[in-house]
Amino acid sequence: MNIFVCVKQVPDTETKVQPNGDGTFIETNAIKWIMNPYDEFAVEQALLVKAANAGSTVTVLRVGGVKDTEALRTAMAMGADEAILVEAEDNLDSYSIAKALKGAIEKSGKNPDLILCGKQAIDDDCLQVPQVLAEMISLPSVAVIVGFEQNGESVTVKREIEGGALEVYELNTPCILATNKGINTPRYASLPGIMKAKRKPLQQLSLADVGVEAGDRRVVYSNFQLPPEKPAGKKFDATDEANEASVVAEVVGLLRNEAKVI
Amino acid sequence: MAKVLVYSELNKGNVKPVTLEILGKLNGQDAEVAIIGDVSDEQVKVLGEYGANKIHKLKGDKLDKYSPEGYANALHNFIKDGSYDYVLAGATSAGKDFLPRLATKFEAGLASDCTNFIFEGDTFHGTRPLFAGKCLAKVDLQGPKPHFATVRPNALGMPETKNAGAGEASDASADAGDIKAIIKEIVASASEKVDLTEANIIISGGRAMKNPENFKILDECASVIGATVGASRAAVDSGFAPPSMQVGQTGKTVSPSLYIACGISGAIQHLAGMRTSKVIVAINTDPDAPIFTKADYGIVGDLYKIVPILTEEFKKILG
Repeated sequence: MNIFVCVKQVPDTETKVQPNGDGTFIETNAIKWIMNPYDEFAVEQALLVKAANAGSTVTVLRVGGVKDTEALRTAMAMGADEAILVEAEDNLDSYSIAKALKGAIEKSGKNPDLILCGKQAIDDDCLQVPQVLAEMISLPSVAVIVGFEQNGESVTVKREIEGGALEVYELNTPCILATNKGINTPRYASLPGIMKAKRKPLQQLSLADVGVEAGDRRVVYSNFQLPPEKPAGKKFDATDEANEASVVAEVVGLLRNEAKVI
Repeated sequence: MAKVLVYSELNKGNVKPVTLEILGKLNGQDAEVAIIGDVSDEQVKVLGEYGANKIHKLKGDKLDKYSPEGYANALHNFIKDGSYDYVLAGATSAGKDFLPRLATKFEAGLASDCTNFIFEGDTFHGTRPLFAGKCLAKVDLQGPKPHFATVRPNALGMPETKNAGAGEASDASADAGDIKAIIKEIVASASEKVDLTEANIIISGGRAMKNPENFKILDECASVIGATVGASRAAVDSGFAPPSMQVGQTGKTVSPSLYIACGISGAIQHLAGMRTSKVIVAINTDPDAPIFTKADYGIVGDLYKIVPILTEEFKKILG
């Protein structure tokens, strides 16, 4: 099977984000970049499918800045065979990214049997790219999947919806699936894996190579700012057993009469 | 005046509250509503009261169950002849799933998960959180119309005054087209509670919960105040709660009216996911826990002692 995994490189979850000077994005100089956490589940699922289907290859795709190729090297260290990086600014919109991924898949010369993505990137949190890509290349897609079973050309997947309920879908490959936490436990890259990854092919393309132009941008961000800080709240000490009941009664009273949320 | 179509999802025959929140914000625009399936006259009346001029009930084969392809095809066929400027929907599970597909059929852009928006003349300007709410940005759309946006439930709030629309309902035939990903079965969740992302009150537990069984004390409190129970990443990664309960940057981003954090220290990635809650209560033994910097009401104390008292106090006032 020709398996593709789309990954994004995002700031580590512990990053304190700061808007940049002109408010068009965040300050990216001192950021620790990681593979988008939801994409780790996609890479792992690709490797599980590869192991179950002899002769498969896993190609990792990424559209983004080239300062650091952490996400692609990590994916190859986990076991992916090759990578394609499309160089672009870090705040490209979902439509352009999906179009670039479509172009990169075409450039690879392989017909995809399965395309895996994380359900969302934890930078812009759009949850769009898998579905937009699916529509652009006319493939069925199921997003937010927490269960996967393959039976020949048919796959059965579980999609998580409100309240933890599950929709069970059956569809045939080729298809696009977007993974959620809970589908698998991503492996750690082994030391030999990391060494090997350095020698695996990483092809670099420009946006022009994959047919994306400035006019493809659909969403424009401006005025990046930190959310307003809340004024300091009230803090009560209930570490002494004698105070517990009175403190709780006071807080409940405040919730009722001051905050009016109960 | 912009012509705006609001796609409304139904829950047990009722329009989801986020539809009414959106309609409330569309005062001054020509607002219409599209529903897939049928809806009662009473619900039609409600939509009219909140500002819908027309309510379109899309009916056709293969639309009894949700599917991303079927819903996107049905709405595409309906919208393409309607000369709409904008199509808005709630950022629900289904909305987040099929709106990107639908927008792409028009080669159009979609602003995801907006927490606010305004119209300047005929032009939509959204505000949305990025990095799970660590940042906010203005979002504008360009390219072919209609333009699309999803709106986060609970973020706008219900309008204080209603501006009624004509409220005329009609049926439209809808074509679901070719559906390749077909739902075989829906496995209901064990809990009947509203989802974290739509909950009005949330009570969450962190690493201090120590095991899955201890979540019972949160469940008891939740049942008194009608809350949904959540968990921090530490609690989920320790196996105390399933991933579907996780609040934070790698879980769900929530904005309830009241968020009660129990034994949660307040890692950056958790704070990002719940900081837009209107009122935050934190219970933690560590007086220096970062969660207290975001709390409107902080209680320094042992959750195992405080939460049961809290439950009793809530019972007293809620009878």
